[in-house]
Amino acid sequence: MQFGVFSVGDITPDPTTGRAVSEAERIQIMVRVALKAEEVGLDVFATGEHHNPPFVTSSPTTMLGFIAAGTQRLLLSTATTLITTNDPVKIAEDYAMLQHLADGRVDLMMGRGNTGPVYPWFGQDIRNGIPLAYEHYALLHRLWREDVVDWEGKLRTPLTGFTAVPRPLDGVPPFVWHGSIRSPEIAEQAAFYGDGFFHNNIFWPKDHVKRMVELYRRRWEHYGHGPADQAIVGLGGHVFMRKSSQDAIREFRPYFDHAPVYGGGPSLEDYMDQTPMTIGSAQQVIDRTLGFREFVGDYQRQLFIADHAGLPLKTVLEQMDILGEEVVPVLRREFAALKPAHVPDAPVHPRVEAARASGGPRATGEALTDAAAQPTAVPA
Amino acid sequence: MTAASRSLVVVSAGLGQPSSTRLLADRLTAATERHLGEGGVEPRVRIVELREHAQDLTNHLLTAFPSPKLQETIDAVLGADGLIAVSPIFSASYSGLFKLFFDVVERDGLAGMPTLIAATGGTARHSLALEHALRPLFAYLNAATVATSVFAAAEDWGTAGVAADGSLVERIDRAARELALAVAAHQPRAPRDPFADPMPFEDLLRSQ
Repeated sequence: MQFGVFSVGDITPDPTTGRAVSEAERIQIMVRVALKAEEVGLDVFATGEHHNPPFVTSSPTTMLGFIAAGTQRLLLSTATTLITTNDPVKIAEDYAMLQHLADGRVDLMMGRGNTGPVYPWFGQDIRNGIPLAYEHYALLHRLWREDVVDWEGKLRTPLTGFTAVPRPLDGVPPFVWHGSIRSPEIAEQAAFYGDGFFHNNIFWPKDHVKRMVELYRRRWEHYGHGPADQAIVGLGGHVFMRKSSQDAIREFRPYFDHAPVYGGGPSLEDYMDQTPMTIGSAQQVIDRTLGFREFVGDYQRQLFIADHAGLPLKTVLEQMDILGEEVVPVLRREFAALKPAHVPDAPVHPRVEAARASGGPRATGEALTDAAAQPTAVPA
Repeated sequence: MTAASRSLVVVSAGLGQPSSTRLLADRLTAATERHLGEGGVEPRVRIVELREHAQDLTNHLLTAFPSPKLQETIDAVLGADGLIAVSPIFSASYSGLFKLFFDVVERDGLAGMPTLIAATGGTARHSLALEHALRPLFAYLNAATVATSVFAAAEDWGTAGVAADGSLVERIDRAARELALAVAAHQPRAPRDPFADPMPFEDLLRSQ
Protein backbone atom coordinates (compact mmCIF):
# COMPACT_ATOMS: atom_id res chain seq x y z
CA MET A 1 0.00 0.00 0.00
CA GLN A 2 1.15 3.50 -0.84
CA PHE A 3 1.00 6.38 1.63
CA GLY A 4 1.57 10.00 0.85
CA VAL A 5 0.51 13.60 1.07
CA PHE A 6 -1.34 15.85 -1.31
CA SER A 7 -1.24 19.59 -1.44
CA VAL A 8 -3.73 22.04 -2.88
CA GLY A 9 -1.17 24.84 -2.68
CA ASP A 10 -3.49 27.41 -1.12
CA ILE A 11 -2.25 30.66 0.36
CA THR A 12 -4.50 31.05 3.39
CA PRO A 13 -3.61 33.50 6.15
CA ASP A 14 -2.76 31.74 9.39
CA PRO A 15 -5.89 32.57 11.44
CA THR A 16 -3.90 32.62 14.68
CA THR A 17 -1.50 35.32 13.45
CA GLY A 18 -3.24 36.83 10.43
CA ARG A 19 -0.07 36.35 8.40
CA ALA A 20 -0.19 34.99 4.84
CA VAL A 21 2.94 33.64 3.19
CA SER A 22 4.11 35.03 -0.13
CA GLU A 23 3.85 33.04 -3.34
CA ALA A 24 7.60 32.50 -3.20
CA GLU A 25 7.35 31.12 0.35
CA ARG A 26 4.34 28.97 -0.48
CA ILE A 27 6.06 27.36 -3.42
CA GLN A 28 9.10 26.59 -1.28
CA ILE A 29 6.80 25.14 1.41
CA MET A 30 5.34 22.73 -1.13
CA VAL A 31 8.81 21.63 -2.19
CA ARG A 32 9.83 21.25 1.46
CA VAL A 33 6.73 19.13 2.13
CA ALA A 34 7.56 16.89 -0.83
CA LEU A 35 11.16 16.38 0.27
CA LYS A 36 9.96 15.74 3.80
CA ALA A 37 7.57 13.10 2.49
CA GLU A 38 10.50 11.07 1.19
CA GLU A 39 12.54 11.77 4.32
CA VAL A 40 9.88 10.36 6.66
CA GLY A 41 9.31 7.31 4.49
CA LEU A 42 6.13 8.22 2.67
CA ASP A 43 5.67 6.98 -0.91
CA VAL A 44 3.78 9.70 -2.75
CA PHE A 45 3.62 13.45 -3.11
CA ALA A 46 0.76 14.86 -5.21
CA THR A 47 0.18 18.47 -6.17
CA GLY A 48 -3.08 20.14 -7.08
CA GLU A 49 -3.60 22.31 -10.13
CA HIS A 50 -5.23 25.71 -9.97
CA HIS A 51 -5.07 28.76 -12.18
CA ASN A 52 -6.27 31.44 -9.81
CA PRO A 53 -5.29 33.06 -6.54
CA PRO A 54 -4.97 32.13 -3.70
CA PHE A 55 -3.28 29.04 -5.19
CA VAL A 56 0.26 28.65 -6.51
CA THR A 57 -0.08 25.33 -8.32
CA SER A 58 -0.56 26.37 -11.94
CA SER A 59 2.45 24.48 -13.25
CA PRO A 60 2.54 20.97 -11.77
CA THR A 61 5.20 19.37 -13.97
CA THR A 62 7.64 22.23 -13.34
CA MET A 63 7.24 21.70 -9.63
CA LEU A 64 7.28 17.90 -9.81
CA GLY A 65 10.35 17.98 -12.08
CA PHE A 66 12.21 20.04 -9.49
CA ILE A 67 11.11 17.69 -6.72
CA ALA A 68 12.16 14.70 -8.82
CA ALA A 69 15.68 16.06 -8.92
CA GLY A 70 15.79 16.27 -5.14
CA THR A 71 14.35 12.86 -4.35
CA GLN A 72 15.15 9.23 -5.11
CA ARG A 73 12.17 7.06 -4.23
CA LEU A 74 9.19 9.38 -3.98
CA LEU A 75 6.36 8.84 -6.46
CA LEU A 76 5.26 12.13 -8.01
CA SER A 77 1.61 12.58 -8.71
CA THR A 78 -1.19 15.11 -9.08
CA ALA A 79 -4.44 15.77 -7.26
CA THR A 80 -5.76 16.63 -9.71
CA THR A 81 -4.69 17.32 -13.30
CA LEU A 82 -7.38 19.25 -15.15
CA ILE A 83 -8.25 16.89 -18.00
CA THR A 84 -11.04 19.27 -19.02
CA THR A 85 -9.19 22.51 -19.69
CA ASN A 86 -5.65 21.30 -20.38
CA ASP A 87 -4.84 20.21 -23.90
CA PRO A 88 -4.51 16.41 -23.76
CA VAL A 89 -1.59 16.64 -26.18
CA LYS A 90 0.30 18.82 -23.73
CA ILE A 91 -0.56 16.54 -20.81
CA ALA A 92 0.75 13.57 -22.81
CA GLU A 93 4.01 15.37 -23.52
CA ASP A 94 4.55 17.06 -20.14
CA TYR A 95 4.03 13.92 -18.08
CA ALA A 96 6.01 11.69 -20.46
CA MET A 97 8.86 14.17 -20.11
CA LEU A 98 8.49 14.09 -16.33
CA GLN A 99 8.53 10.29 -16.44
CA HIS A 100 11.88 10.34 -18.23
CA LEU A 101 13.38 12.87 -15.83
CA ALA A 102 12.05 11.07 -12.73
CA ASP A 103 13.01 7.61 -13.99
CA GLY A 104 9.43 6.43 -14.03
CA ARG A 105 8.36 7.75 -10.62
CA VAL A 106 5.25 9.40 -12.05
CA ASP A 107 1.54 8.84 -12.07
CA LEU A 108 -1.30 11.31 -12.26
CA MET A 109 -4.87 11.84 -11.27
CA MET A 110 -7.44 13.26 -13.65
CA GLY A 111 -10.03 15.69 -12.35
CA ARG A 112 -12.37 18.35 -13.63
CA GLY A 113 -11.44 21.13 -11.24
CA ASN A 114 -13.76 23.10 -9.04
CA THR A 115 -13.41 26.63 -10.35
CA GLY A 116 -16.12 27.50 -12.87
CA PRO A 117 -14.28 30.32 -14.67
CA VAL A 118 -11.28 28.09 -15.42
CA TYR A 119 -13.30 26.72 -18.36
CA PRO A 120 -13.75 30.06 -20.17
CA TRP A 121 -10.21 31.12 -19.21
CA PHE A 122 -9.00 28.19 -21.29
CA GLY A 123 -11.56 28.62 -24.04
CA GLN A 124 -13.89 25.87 -22.85
CA ASP A 125 -17.52 25.65 -21.76
CA ILE A 126 -18.30 24.37 -18.26
CA ARG A 127 -21.38 22.62 -19.59
CA ASN A 128 -18.97 20.32 -21.41
CA GLY A 129 -17.28 19.25 -18.16
CA ILE A 130 -17.98 15.53 -18.48
CA PRO A 131 -17.71 15.41 -22.33
CA LEU A 132 -14.31 17.14 -22.08
CA ALA A 133 -13.16 14.69 -19.41
CA TYR A 134 -14.19 11.81 -21.69
CA GLU A 135 -12.95 13.08 -25.02
CA HIS A 136 -9.65 14.54 -23.78
CA TYR A 137 -8.83 11.40 -21.83
CA ALA A 138 -9.71 9.13 -24.74
CA LEU A 139 -7.19 11.07 -26.84
CA LEU A 140 -4.56 11.15 -24.08
CA HIS A 141 -4.92 7.39 -23.64
CA ARG A 142 -4.14 6.84 -27.33
CA LEU A 143 -1.30 9.38 -27.48
CA TRP A 144 0.59 7.38 -24.84
CA ARG A 145 -0.07 4.04 -26.50
CA GLU A 146 0.11 4.67 -30.26
CA ASP A 147 3.19 6.15 -31.87
CA VAL A 148 1.23 7.79 -34.67
CA VAL A 149 -2.29 9.04 -34.00
CA ASP A 150 -5.03 10.11 -36.39
CA TRP A 151 -7.81 11.58 -34.30
CA GLU A 152 -10.94 13.61 -34.68
CA GLY A 153 -13.29 14.70 -31.91
CA LYS A 154 -15.75 17.46 -31.16
CA LEU A 155 -13.91 19.56 -28.62
CA ARG A 156 -10.36 19.81 -29.92
CA THR A 157 -8.75 20.39 -33.27
CA PRO A 158 -8.14 17.11 -35.20
CA LEU A 159 -4.76 15.40 -35.44
CA THR A 160 -3.35 13.64 -38.47
CA GLY A 161 -0.19 11.58 -38.25
CA PHE A 162 0.67 13.07 -34.86
CA THR A 163 3.33 11.67 -32.53
CA ALA A 164 3.47 12.91 -28.93
CA VAL A 165 7.07 13.24 -27.80
CA PRO A 166 8.85 12.04 -25.82
CA ARG A 167 7.25 8.59 -25.95
CA PRO A 168 6.44 7.24 -22.45
CA LEU A 169 9.53 5.90 -20.68
CA ASP A 170 10.24 2.33 -21.94
CA GLY A 171 6.88 2.50 -23.71
CA VAL A 172 4.97 2.31 -20.40
CA PRO A 173 2.42 5.12 -19.92
CA PRO A 174 2.10 6.66 -16.46
CA PHE A 175 -0.58 5.01 -14.36
CA VAL A 176 -3.72 7.12 -14.20
CA TRP A 177 -6.19 7.67 -11.39
CA HIS A 178 -9.51 9.38 -11.92
CA GLY A 179 -10.64 11.55 -9.05
CA SER A 180 -14.21 12.53 -8.44
CA ILE A 181 -16.15 13.43 -5.34
CA ARG A 182 -19.67 13.11 -6.66
CA SER A 183 -19.87 12.10 -10.34
CA PRO A 184 -20.71 8.44 -10.97
CA GLU A 185 -19.77 9.08 -14.62
CA ILE A 186 -16.12 9.41 -13.58
CA ALA A 187 -16.16 6.19 -11.55
CA GLU A 188 -17.60 4.58 -14.69
CA GLN A 189 -14.80 6.06 -16.80
CA ALA A 190 -12.09 4.80 -14.42
CA ALA A 191 -13.66 1.34 -14.48
CA PHE A 192 -13.91 1.29 -18.28
CA TYR A 193 -10.19 1.92 -18.76
CA GLY A 194 -9.09 -0.25 -15.86
CA ASP A 195 -7.50 2.83 -14.30
CA GLY A 196 -7.45 3.74 -10.63
CA PHE A 197 -10.26 5.58 -8.86
CA PHE A 198 -9.55 8.11 -6.14
CA HIS A 199 -12.05 9.65 -3.77
CA ASN A 200 -10.82 12.62 -1.77
CA ASN A 201 -12.81 11.28 1.17
CA ILE A 202 -12.69 14.65 2.90
CA PHE A 203 -15.68 16.65 1.83
CA TRP A 204 -18.40 14.00 1.86
CA PRO A 205 -19.87 11.50 4.29
CA LYS A 206 -18.48 7.98 4.17
CA ASP A 207 -21.72 6.47 2.85
CA HIS A 208 -21.32 8.49 -0.30
CA VAL A 209 -17.65 7.51 -0.68
CA LYS A 210 -18.63 3.90 -0.19
CA ARG A 211 -21.23 4.00 -2.96
CA MET A 212 -18.88 5.69 -5.42
CA VAL A 213 -16.19 3.08 -4.79
CA GLU A 214 -18.69 0.23 -4.96
CA LEU A 215 -19.88 1.46 -8.34
CA TYR A 216 -16.30 1.70 -9.60
CA ARG A 217 -15.45 -1.83 -8.38
CA ARG A 218 -18.61 -3.34 -9.85
CA ARG A 219 -18.02 -1.71 -13.23
CA TRP A 220 -14.30 -2.62 -13.20
CA GLU A 221 -15.35 -6.25 -13.02
CA HIS A 222 -18.04 -5.67 -15.67
CA TYR A 223 -15.42 -4.36 -18.10
CA GLY A 224 -13.32 -7.49 -17.62
CA HIS A 225 -10.37 -6.10 -15.70
CA GLY A 226 -10.72 -8.77 -13.01
CA PRO A 227 -12.69 -9.30 -9.83
CA ALA A 228 -14.09 -6.19 -8.16
CA ASP A 229 -11.78 -6.54 -5.18
CA GLN A 230 -8.76 -6.17 -7.48
CA ALA A 231 -9.73 -2.70 -8.68
CA ILE A 232 -7.28 0.07 -7.76
CA VAL A 233 -8.70 2.43 -5.16
CA GLY A 234 -7.20 5.50 -3.54
CA LEU A 235 -8.54 7.65 -0.72
CA GLY A 236 -7.76 11.01 0.73
CA GLY A 237 -7.71 11.72 4.41
CA HIS A 238 -7.69 14.73 6.61
CA VAL A 239 -5.90 14.43 9.92
CA PHE A 240 -4.27 16.56 12.58
CA MET A 241 -2.47 14.93 15.48
CA ARG A 242 -1.12 15.74 18.90
CA LYS A 243 -0.32 13.56 21.90
CA SER A 244 -3.80 14.07 23.30
CA SER A 245 -6.93 14.52 21.22
CA GLN A 246 -7.90 17.60 23.30
CA ASP A 247 -4.62 19.29 22.35
CA ALA A 248 -5.12 18.40 18.69
CA ILE A 249 -8.64 19.82 18.66
CA ARG A 250 -7.67 22.95 20.53
CA GLU A 251 -4.78 23.68 18.17
CA PHE A 252 -6.59 22.82 14.95
CA ARG A 253 -9.96 24.45 15.67
CA PRO A 254 -9.06 27.99 14.48
CA TYR A 255 -7.73 26.52 11.22
CA PHE A 256 -10.93 24.55 10.74
CA ASP A 257 -13.18 27.47 11.65
CA HIS A 258 -11.47 29.75 9.12
CA ALA A 259 -10.56 27.30 6.36
CA PRO A 260 -11.96 28.39 2.98
CA VAL A 261 -13.68 25.02 2.49
CA TYR A 262 -15.64 24.70 5.73
CA GLY A 263 -15.17 27.91 7.67
CA GLY A 264 -18.37 29.36 9.09
CA GLY A 265 -20.17 26.07 8.59
CA PRO A 266 -20.57 23.09 10.88
CA SER A 267 -18.64 22.73 14.10
CA LEU A 268 -15.40 20.75 14.03
CA GLU A 269 -17.09 18.06 16.10
CA ASP A 270 -20.06 17.74 13.71
CA TYR A 271 -17.74 17.68 10.73
CA MET A 272 -15.61 14.92 12.25
CA ASP A 273 -18.75 13.00 13.03
CA GLN A 274 -20.15 13.29 9.51
CA THR A 275 -16.95 12.91 7.44
CA PRO A 276 -13.74 10.87 7.73
CA MET A 277 -11.80 13.87 9.11
CA THR A 278 -9.83 12.90 12.25
CA ILE A 279 -8.38 15.45 14.64
CA GLY A 280 -6.88 13.61 17.58
CA SER A 281 -4.09 11.31 18.67
CA ALA A 282 -1.95 9.22 16.33
CA GLN A 283 -3.77 6.14 17.60
CA GLN A 284 -7.15 7.66 16.70
CA VAL A 285 -5.86 8.38 13.20
CA ILE A 286 -4.61 4.81 12.88
CA ASP A 287 -7.93 3.38 14.02
CA ARG A 288 -10.03 5.65 11.80
CA THR A 289 -7.84 5.06 8.73
CA LEU A 290 -7.90 1.29 9.18
CA GLY A 291 -11.67 1.68 9.33
CA PHE A 292 -11.75 3.09 5.77
CA ARG A 293 -11.04 -0.44 4.57
CA GLU A 294 -14.35 -1.54 6.05
CA PHE A 295 -16.36 0.66 3.69
CA VAL A 296 -14.24 0.70 0.52
CA GLY A 297 -12.52 -2.69 0.73
CA ASP A 298 -8.78 -3.31 0.45
CA TYR A 299 -7.33 -0.26 -1.18
CA GLN A 300 -4.01 0.76 -2.63
CA ARG A 301 -3.27 4.38 -1.88
CA GLN A 302 -3.86 6.63 1.11
CA LEU A 303 -3.03 10.32 0.74
CA PHE A 304 -3.27 12.81 3.58
CA ILE A 305 -3.73 16.51 3.16
CA ALA A 306 -0.80 18.15 4.94
CA ASP A 307 -0.08 21.79 4.15
CA HIS A 308 -3.26 23.83 3.96
CA ALA A 309 -5.56 26.28 5.71
CA GLY A 310 -2.66 28.50 6.79
CA LEU A 311 -0.93 25.94 9.01
CA PRO A 312 2.67 27.08 9.63
CA LEU A 313 5.40 25.04 7.94
CA LYS A 314 6.82 24.00 11.31
CA THR A 315 3.48 22.48 12.28
CA VAL A 316 3.09 20.79 8.90
CA LEU A 317 6.54 19.20 9.22
CA GLU A 318 5.72 18.03 12.76
CA GLN A 319 2.56 16.44 11.43
CA MET A 320 4.58 14.66 8.75
CA ASP A 321 7.03 13.40 11.39
CA ILE A 322 4.13 11.93 13.33
CA LEU A 323 2.78 10.37 10.13
CA GLY A 324 6.17 8.90 9.26
CA GLU A 325 7.14 7.73 12.73
CA GLU A 326 3.93 6.75 14.47
CA VAL A 327 1.13 6.33 11.96
CA VAL A 328 2.26 5.00 8.59
CA PRO A 329 4.52 2.17 9.88
CA VAL A 330 1.58 0.80 11.86
CA LEU A 331 -0.85 1.28 8.96
CA ARG A 332 1.55 -0.48 6.56
CA ARG A 333 1.81 -3.47 8.85
CA GLU A 334 -1.87 -3.64 9.68
CA PHE A 335 -3.15 -3.13 6.13
CA ALA A 336 -0.64 -5.68 4.80
CA ALA A 337 -1.79 -8.23 7.36
CA LEU A 338 -5.43 -7.69 6.39
CA LYS A 339 -4.96 -7.67 2.62
CA PRO A 340 -5.61 -10.98 0.83
CA ALA A 341 -2.78 -12.11 -1.46
CA HIS A 342 -4.83 -11.73 -4.65
CA VAL A 343 -5.39 -8.00 -4.10
CA PRO A 344 -2.71 -6.16 -6.12
CA ASP A 345 -0.71 -3.09 -5.21
CA ALA A 346 -1.18 0.06 -7.25
CA PRO A 347 0.70 -0.28 -10.55
CA VAL A 348 4.03 1.54 -10.78
CA HIS A 349 6.52 1.85 -13.63
CA PRO A 350 8.67 -1.29 -14.07
CA ARG A 351 11.75 0.76 -13.20
CA VAL A 352 10.22 1.69 -9.85
CA GLU A 353 9.32 -1.95 -9.32
CA ALA A 354 12.87 -3.05 -10.17
CA ALA A 355 14.46 -0.48 -7.89
CA ARG A 356 12.17 -1.52 -5.07
CA ALA A 357 13.00 -5.20 -5.64
CA SER A 358 16.76 -4.53 -5.64
CA GLY A 359 16.32 -2.50 -2.48
CA GLY A 360 18.89 0.04 -3.60
CA PRO A 361 18.37 3.74 -3.86
CA ARG A 362 17.76 4.92 -7.34
CA ALA A 363 19.36 8.26 -7.99
CA THR A 364 17.53 10.28 -10.55
CA GLY A 365 20.79 10.82 -12.41
CA GLU A 366 21.56 7.10 -12.62
CA ALA A 367 19.96 6.54 -15.98
CA LEU A 368 22.05 9.37 -17.34
CA THR A 369 25.24 7.87 -15.94
CA ASP A 370 24.38 4.46 -17.36
CA ALA A 371 23.85 5.95 -20.73
CA ALA A 372 27.12 7.87 -20.45
CA ALA A 373 25.16 10.97 -21.11
CA GLN A 374 26.27 14.47 -20.36
CA PRO A 375 26.48 15.08 -16.63
CA THR A 376 23.82 17.47 -15.56
CA ALA A 377 23.36 19.58 -12.51
CA VAL A 378 21.16 17.52 -10.25
CA PRO A 379 20.87 18.78 -6.70
CA ALA A 380 21.78 16.16 -4.13
CA MET B 1 -49.50 0.81 2.44
CA THR B 2 -52.53 0.27 0.24
CA ALA B 3 -52.54 0.99 -3.47
CA ALA B 4 -54.61 4.09 -2.76
CA SER B 5 -52.18 5.54 -0.25
CA ARG B 6 -50.28 8.72 -1.13
CA SER B 7 -47.63 10.67 0.71
CA LEU B 8 -47.93 14.39 1.20
CA VAL B 9 -45.04 16.50 2.45
CA VAL B 10 -45.72 19.97 3.82
CA VAL B 11 -42.81 22.42 3.90
CA SER B 12 -43.36 25.43 6.12
CA ALA B 13 -40.84 28.26 6.35
CA GLY B 14 -42.59 30.00 9.20
CA LEU B 15 -40.30 31.39 11.88
CA GLY B 16 -42.57 32.28 14.80
CA GLN B 17 -43.91 29.92 17.42
CA PRO B 18 -46.80 29.70 16.68
CA SER B 19 -46.52 31.01 13.13
CA SER B 20 -49.31 32.07 10.79
CA THR B 21 -47.37 30.35 7.99
CA ARG B 22 -47.64 27.06 9.86
CA LEU B 23 -51.29 27.81 10.59
CA LEU B 24 -51.95 28.23 6.87
CA ALA B 25 -49.94 25.09 6.12
CA ASP B 26 -52.05 23.13 8.60
CA ARG B 27 -55.30 24.40 7.10
CA LEU B 28 -54.15 23.45 3.62
CA THR B 29 -53.01 20.04 4.86
CA ALA B 30 -56.30 19.30 6.58
CA ALA B 31 -58.30 20.35 3.52
CA THR B 32 -56.11 18.25 1.20
CA GLU B 33 -56.42 15.23 3.53
CA ARG B 34 -60.18 15.63 3.50
CA HIS B 35 -60.37 15.77 -0.29
CA LEU B 36 -58.03 12.80 -0.65
CA GLY B 37 -60.13 10.85 1.84
CA GLU B 38 -63.30 11.64 -0.07
CA GLY B 39 -61.61 10.27 -3.17
CA GLY B 40 -60.76 7.03 -1.39
CA VAL B 41 -57.08 7.85 -1.03
CA GLU B 42 -55.36 7.45 2.29
CA PRO B 43 -52.95 10.34 2.90
CA ARG B 44 -49.67 9.97 4.76
CA VAL B 45 -48.63 13.42 5.89
CA ARG B 46 -45.25 14.70 6.95
CA ILE B 47 -44.71 18.27 8.11
CA VAL B 48 -41.29 19.83 7.64
CA GLU B 49 -40.54 22.96 9.67
CA LEU B 50 -37.58 24.54 7.92
CA ARG B 51 -36.65 26.43 11.07
CA GLU B 52 -35.47 23.11 12.53
CA HIS B 53 -33.08 22.74 9.59
CA ALA B 54 -31.85 26.32 9.35
CA GLN B 55 -28.36 25.53 10.63
CA ASP B 56 -28.01 22.39 8.54
CA LEU B 57 -29.14 24.24 5.41
CA THR B 58 -26.42 26.85 5.89
CA ASN B 59 -23.87 24.12 6.54
CA HIS B 60 -24.96 22.33 3.39
CA LEU B 61 -24.38 25.45 1.34
CA LEU B 62 -20.92 25.86 2.84
CA THR B 63 -19.74 22.25 2.78
CA ALA B 64 -21.75 20.96 -0.23
CA PHE B 65 -23.17 17.97 1.60
CA PRO B 66 -26.21 17.63 3.85
CA SER B 67 -26.24 16.41 7.43
CA PRO B 68 -27.91 12.99 7.82
CA LYS B 69 -31.03 14.66 9.29
CA LEU B 70 -31.33 17.10 6.38
CA GLN B 71 -30.66 14.36 3.84
CA GLU B 72 -33.48 12.31 5.32
CA THR B 73 -35.81 15.31 5.02
CA ILE B 74 -34.80 16.02 1.42
CA ASP B 75 -35.35 12.36 0.58
CA ALA B 76 -38.84 12.53 2.11
CA VAL B 77 -39.69 15.52 -0.09
CA LEU B 78 -38.27 13.92 -3.24
CA GLY B 79 -40.15 10.70 -2.54
CA ALA B 80 -43.51 12.39 -1.90
CA ASP B 81 -46.59 12.23 -4.14
CA GLY B 82 -47.47 15.82 -3.37
CA LEU B 83 -45.98 18.93 -1.86
CA ILE B 84 -47.47 21.89 -0.01
CA ALA B 85 -44.91 24.70 0.14
CA VAL B 86 -45.66 27.69 2.36
CA SER B 87 -43.47 30.72 2.93
CA PRO B 88 -43.86 34.05 4.63
CA ILE B 89 -43.36 36.94 2.21
CA PHE B 90 -40.26 38.93 3.16
CA SER B 91 -39.09 41.92 1.11
CA ALA B 92 -41.40 41.18 -1.82
CA SER B 93 -40.52 37.49 -2.14
CA TYR B 94 -40.26 34.10 -0.38
CA SER B 95 -38.10 34.10 2.72
CA GLY B 96 -34.41 33.28 2.49
CA LEU B 97 -34.89 30.13 4.56
CA PHE B 98 -37.57 28.89 2.15
CA LYS B 99 -35.28 29.47 -0.84
CA LEU B 100 -32.33 27.81 0.91
CA PHE B 101 -34.23 24.56 1.11
CA PHE B 102 -35.22 24.54 -2.55
CA ASP B 103 -31.67 25.58 -3.48
CA VAL B 104 -30.28 22.34 -2.09
CA VAL B 105 -32.95 20.01 -3.46
CA GLU B 106 -31.55 18.48 -6.63
CA ARG B 107 -32.91 20.16 -9.71
CA ASP B 108 -34.84 17.29 -11.29
CA GLY B 109 -36.05 15.96 -7.96
CA LEU B 110 -39.34 17.83 -8.02
CA ALA B 111 -40.09 17.29 -11.72
CA GLY B 112 -43.78 16.50 -12.14
CA MET B 113 -44.46 16.79 -8.41
CA PRO B 114 -48.04 17.99 -7.67
CA THR B 115 -47.40 21.14 -5.68
CA LEU B 116 -49.53 23.70 -3.91
CA ILE B 117 -47.89 27.04 -3.21
CA ALA B 118 -49.04 29.34 -0.43
CA ALA B 119 -47.77 32.34 1.46
CA THR B 120 -48.50 34.66 4.35
CA GLY B 121 -47.93 38.37 4.76
CA GLY B 122 -48.98 41.40 6.71
CA THR B 123 -51.36 42.78 4.11
CA ALA B 124 -52.92 41.58 0.87
CA ARG B 125 -50.64 43.99 -1.03
CA HIS B 126 -48.00 41.20 -1.02
CA SER B 127 -50.24 38.50 -2.44
CA LEU B 128 -48.87 38.62 -5.97
CA ALA B 129 -45.46 37.53 -4.65
CA LEU B 130 -46.94 34.05 -5.01
CA GLU B 131 -47.27 34.58 -8.75
CA HIS B 132 -44.08 36.51 -9.43
CA ALA B 133 -41.76 34.66 -7.02
CA LEU B 134 -42.98 31.25 -5.86
CA ARG B 135 -44.67 30.12 -9.08
CA PRO B 136 -41.59 30.81 -11.28
CA LEU B 137 -39.36 29.04 -8.76
CA PHE B 138 -41.46 25.88 -8.98
CA ALA B 139 -41.73 26.26 -12.75
CA TYR B 140 -37.94 26.22 -12.87
CA LEU B 141 -37.98 23.04 -10.76
CA ASN B 142 -40.50 21.56 -13.21
CA ALA B 143 -42.97 20.94 -10.42
CA ALA B 144 -46.64 20.54 -11.42
CA THR B 145 -47.97 23.52 -9.47
CA VAL B 146 -51.78 23.64 -9.18
CA ALA B 147 -53.60 26.65 -10.59
CA THR B 148 -54.83 28.06 -7.29
CA SER B 149 -52.31 29.50 -4.90
CA VAL B 150 -53.29 30.68 -1.43
CA PHE B 151 -52.24 33.90 0.23
CA ALA B 152 -53.26 34.71 3.79
CA ALA B 153 -52.87 38.27 5.01
CA ALA B 154 -53.15 39.04 8.71
CA GLU B 155 -56.68 40.35 8.27
CA ASP B 156 -57.85 37.10 6.62
CA TRP B 157 -57.68 35.36 9.99
CA GLY B 158 -60.44 37.60 11.33
CA THR B 159 -62.80 38.10 8.43
CA ALA B 160 -66.52 37.36 8.48
CA GLY B 161 -68.15 35.29 5.73
CA VAL B 162 -65.38 32.73 5.91
CA ALA B 163 -66.71 30.45 3.21
CA ALA B 164 -67.80 33.16 0.78
CA ASP B 165 -66.39 33.25 -2.77
CA GLY B 166 -62.82 34.47 -2.76
CA SER B 167 -62.45 34.21 0.98
CA LEU B 168 -59.43 32.48 2.51
CA VAL B 169 -61.45 29.41 3.47
CA GLU B 170 -62.88 29.08 -0.01
CA ARG B 171 -59.46 29.45 -1.61
CA ILE B 172 -57.94 26.87 0.73
CA ASP B 173 -60.68 24.45 -0.21
CA ARG B 174 -60.30 25.08 -3.95
CA ALA B 175 -56.52 24.77 -3.89
CA ALA B 176 -56.67 21.63 -1.72
CA ARG B 177 -59.18 20.02 -4.09
CA GLU B 178 -56.92 20.71 -7.06
CA LEU B 179 -53.91 19.30 -5.21
CA ALA B 180 -55.81 16.22 -4.00
CA LEU B 181 -56.86 15.38 -7.56
CA ALA B 182 -53.28 15.70 -8.81
CA VAL B 183 -51.87 13.71 -5.89
CA ALA B 184 -54.40 10.91 -6.35
CA ALA B 185 -53.42 10.65 -10.01
CA HIS B 186 -49.70 10.81 -9.26
CA GLN B 187 -47.82 7.61 -9.99
CA PRO B 188 -45.43 6.92 -7.13
CA ARG B 189 -41.93 6.54 -8.55
CA ALA B 190 -38.84 4.87 -7.27
CA PRO B 191 -36.18 7.38 -6.30
CA ARG B 192 -33.42 7.66 -8.89
CA ASP B 193 -30.20 6.04 -7.77
CA PRO B 194 -27.23 7.35 -9.76
CA PHE B 195 -25.07 4.51 -8.47
CA ALA B 196 -27.43 1.66 -9.22
CA ASP B 197 -27.52 1.42 -12.96
CA PRO B 198 -24.93 3.49 -14.76
CA MET B 199 -25.11 4.04 -18.46
CA PRO B 200 -22.44 1.90 -20.17
CA PHE B 201 -19.32 3.94 -20.90
CA GLU B 202 -19.44 3.21 -24.63
CA ASP B 203 -22.90 4.84 -24.73
CA LEU B 204 -21.77 7.75 -22.62
CA LEU B 205 -18.82 8.33 -24.94
CA ARG B 206 -21.01 8.11 -28.04
CA SER B 207 -23.70 10.39 -26.63
CA GLN B 208 -21.28 13.23 -25.98
